[in-house]
Amino acid sequence: MKEERKDILRRFGETGYVADPQLAMAVLMMQRLQRPLLLEGDAGVGKTEVGKGLARVLDTRLIRLQCYEGLDANAAIYEWNYQRQLLAIKIWEQEEISASEKEQHIFQEDFLLRRPLLEAISQETPPVLLIDEIDRADEEFEAFLLEVLSDFQISIPELGTIEAKSVPYVVLTSNGTRELSDALRRRCLYHYVDYPDEGKEIRILQARMPGIDLRLAGQVVRFVQSIRKEDIDKKPGIAETLDWAAALVGLEIADLREDPEAVYDSLLCLLKTDHDRRAVSPEITERIVGKVA
Amino acid sequence: MASAQNIPALPVLSDPLLRLVRFLRMLRDNGYVVGAAEAHDAARFLDGDEMLSADELRQGLRSLLCTTTADWRRFDEMFDAFWLRRGLKRVATVSGSGPQGLRRLPGSGPATKPSVLAAAVERSAADGGEQAGPAGTRQRGASAAESLEKADLRQISDPEELARVHELTARLAARMRSRLSRRERERRKGRRIDLRKTIHRNIAHGGTPIELFRRQRRDKPLRIVVLLDVSGSMNHYSLFFLRFILGVLDNFRQAEAFVFHTRLVHISEALKERNAEKALERMTLISQGWSGGTKIGESLDAFNRLHAQRVLNSRSVVMVVSDGYDTGSSDKLGESLIKLRRRCKRIVWLNPMIGWSGYEPVAGGMAAALPHIDLFAPAHNLESLAALEPYLAKL
Repeated sequence: MKEERKDILRRFGETGYVADPQLAMAVLMMQRLQRPLLLEGDAGVGKTEVGKGLARVLDTRLIRLQCYEGLDANAAIYEWNYQRQLLAIKIWEQEEISASEKEQHIFQEDFLLRRPLLEAISQETPPVLLIDEIDRADEEFEAFLLEVLSDFQISIPELGTIEAKSVPYVVLTSNGTRELSDALRRRCLYHYVDYPDEGKEIRILQARMPGIDLRLAGQVVRFVQSIRKEDIDKKPGIAETLDWAAALVGLEIADLREDPEAVYDSLLCLLKTDHDRRAVSPEITERIVGKVA
Repeated sequence: MASAQNIPALPVLSDPLLRLVRFLRMLRDNGYVVGAAEAHDAARFLDGDEMLSADELRQGLRSLLCTTTADWRRFDEMFDAFWLRRGLKRVATVSGSGPQGLRRLPGSGPATKPSVLAAAVERSAADGGEQAGPAGTRQRGASAAESLEKADLRQISDPEELARVHELTARLAARMRSRLSRRERERRKGRRIDLRKTIHRNIAHGGTPIELFRRQRRDKPLRIVVLLDVSGSMNHYSLFFLRFILGVLDNFRQAEAFVFHTRLVHISEALKERNAEKALERMTLISQGWSGGTKIGESLDAFNRLHAQRVLNSRSVVMVVSDGYDTGSSDKLGESLIKLRRRCKRIVWLNPMIGWSGYEPVAGGMAAALPHIDLFAPAHNLESLAALEPYLAKL
């Protein structure tokens, strides 16, 4: 088990995702128990990245289903290709084929548009199925998803039941805008993704921007970490840290103390609301810079 | 007390599976949702070919057994307490109490039975029985009659006024409903053509779509849940709002009503009682403890725990009617409102005090509640209620 976990960690590292041992364990358990993994955490802590990274680690396809309010089975599982169906009917118009035969013909797999869920269970090698922001879909869809995730089969009235060729690795993410049902939670392994600590965030920064100066990376990360502790509406996530670091490198700033004005102006990469912008004034910026440099 | 019996005595056991079972039981006592399926998977995990290190055990069990952020955050404490025997005392006090205590699987809670039993034993042991019962029961004999009388007093003084209030409230509720259902009908016309059905049904015409089938968007009707504060400070308004609730229950297809003071009572059923005498009887039973103190936070918490899952859906509007004067903790109020928010579409807080000139929502409870509610509106007279209509119709 130790070896397998180390292996998972190493491969996460190679793909540029900095994972912790707890996540490696969760992935290992996903493989062993064939359960979905539910990721929760604030927006911007890199939940979706876990799914993407996992696909690279397992060297398999990533199939993504983005949830939204009003997402229904048609958009998530399958839809018939109506244009092709109509065309097919037109083509056979002259031929002597009975209506029921035509019907049988146009409801075959050729005319089926596979949406993510159906696509995921009809792969020969198990793919990673990333169901993003499940809390945005409504309860009905959640209940339906639960059924698919426990049986891994989908029934299509015109075709019959389609069994999974392989059981996909399912990763669900939630921002907690709506309480998920206990049943779904119980079905899943759970992993809470927190904001990374200083050391981890520096490693992430280095993994994503290999050329970055170590001193600047440290300053950037410590700055963002203290900004997160300020009283602001929208805490900057990891993507914001990366953006900001890229901006600073682009502005050729090697040390935050060099050019306070430019640093303050570049904060628009981190602070995305008017309130936050005002909460972090130039004076506060300077104070934090002094502390982290 | 009772739950302490369920903390295992922790003898050193050679059989790891037995220890695991005890650990799971401890988690369950602390509000973790651990069913047979989780136990099975945990056993499979433990029973692998190799020895697990403490860290591996911790991480594996954490992934498997946590279902919420709160579980996740407390897991280390639980794990250390059980496997490493650290901080045992604190955990013992955590168990069985608090909001987590009730979130257990049906039939899986070993703590429920003993605690009821223990409470009964305690009650029979204590001669007065006063400490054991909740605050309301102590005044059983007197308060039932007294509180209804008190509540009626002001309104009954003018029967005509009373009739007018009732009529207007009912009409208002009916108008809200007609607004909502008209909106529903407009949707039913269906903006999109249902291609699947159209093609299916037109095969007989050689595929030429002659008959069009439209897609009807199913619309869930708006559900209204009213939580009415009937504590002492709300005395003047309780009956008025009770009538409003009656109108709501009669006129909305989906509506539920609760009253709260120091605890929460579900009153929809009692109010729907057609037989007036029986209704009065039921209300009398329910009204024990009216006109006393208020624990808004705890009442909302009780609602979250016991009723929310059944009563609320994403098309629900929760209407809290209260002046915000709270004798409970205002932190708790904030917390339970955050939880409530996640489960419903809108929280409307009607406060009769806003109508009073010079009123500022500074009452401790109100200040804690404000950030979490969608609409904070006055409700001191009928006009102010009527002003809500456009807001509700828009939802």
